[in-house]
Amino acid sequence: MRIAAAILLLAVAACAETPKVPVPVASELVAVIPGPDGHVGAVVVYSGGTMQVLDQPYEARRVRADGSALPELLAAPEISRAFRSTLEALPGRPASFTLYFLEGKDELTNASRAEMEKVFAELKRRPAPDIAVIGHTDTVGNLSFNDKLSLARAERMRELMIELGIPQGRIQAAGRGKRELLVATEDNVSEPRNRRVEISVR
Amino acid sequence: MRKLWIFVSALVFAASAAANDIGQIKVAKGDVQVERSGARVAATVGMPVRATDVVVTGANGSAGITFSDNSLVSVGPNSVFAIDKYRFDTTTHAGEFEGSLRKGKLAAVSGKMVRQSPESMKIRTPSSVMAVRGTEFVVQVDEPAAAPAAAR
Repeated sequence: MRIAAAILLLAVAACAETPKVPVPVASELVAVIPGPDGHVGAVVVYSGGTMQVLDQPYEARRVRADGSALPELLAAPEISRAFRSTLEALPGRPASFTLYFLEGKDELTNASRAEMEKVFAELKRRPAPDIAVIGHTDTVGNLSFNDKLSLARAERMRELMIELGIPQGRIQAAGRGKRELLVATEDNVSEPRNRRVEISVR
Repeated sequence: MRKLWIFVSALVFAASAAANDIGQIKVAKGDVQVERSGARVAATVGMPVRATDVVVTGANGSAGITFSDNSLVSVGPNSVFAIDKYRFDTTTHAGEFEGSLRKGKLAAVSGKMVRQSPESMKIRTPSSVMAVRGTEFVVQVDEPAAAPAAAR
């Protein structure tokens, strides 16, 4: 490990001492950073015929114009500093709210009416907010039936939100059918908690 | 029956109108321009983004975009970011997102399509391709002219 670091330092030093080469070489840097919850995913870097998986916090590669990708040892603050204005321009994470209708009606349950207040508070916090209304169903019925039903639920919620004063151009409705259950069930199971509408404010 | 048909065609229309707008500019600081069909317009907060748009920032510019699958992309100063391809099915979450950072800096947070199919989001740079398996990452493409400062 220490040897590797030493070799890397030598390599960096060697690079630094040979700027006489007149050919400009654009280098690239890619680094994985943890999300706000600390979660680190993975990015696969394909370059120069090779593939490298970056999946550790702040793991980075310096890619040269010839496609070679070498590990770059960077501390978190260095990355934060180098990318400060870029990271500051990242839009706020979408916020998600789940609402339920009274059975057989297009009227929200009392709890969901309170949740709707939170949606409006979230809308006020964001510049130029837009909304995705996503309908979900339980597993009663086939896929295409539930796709239509979930979209109809989302459309109904969209109309409700337009009535509440949100410009219609800012709301999109979508139906996920029975693909994203809140409570896992077997097929053809009636489950009120799965008959819901999710509102994503972004 | 006829009513149903009208309902269905209205849905198709709504879907095609939404398919054009794939996201929105949520942050625009300093000099930010969007290139669309050969014309350049100053980016404003709330402006819709379309596939094949190119976002160009000046020395004091930075911009942030939220896409329809909830993925987030921001670019820093002196950057050129092209959206090469974007497709997202809001029902199945299938899709593909290909963008190119020609120069400058980019930060990205992947969204729903990557959760559905890893590596469906790809960011190209002049010498590599980054396929996203679900994470937050940053990319920088140094300008050849600025190599001594940027290469450190």
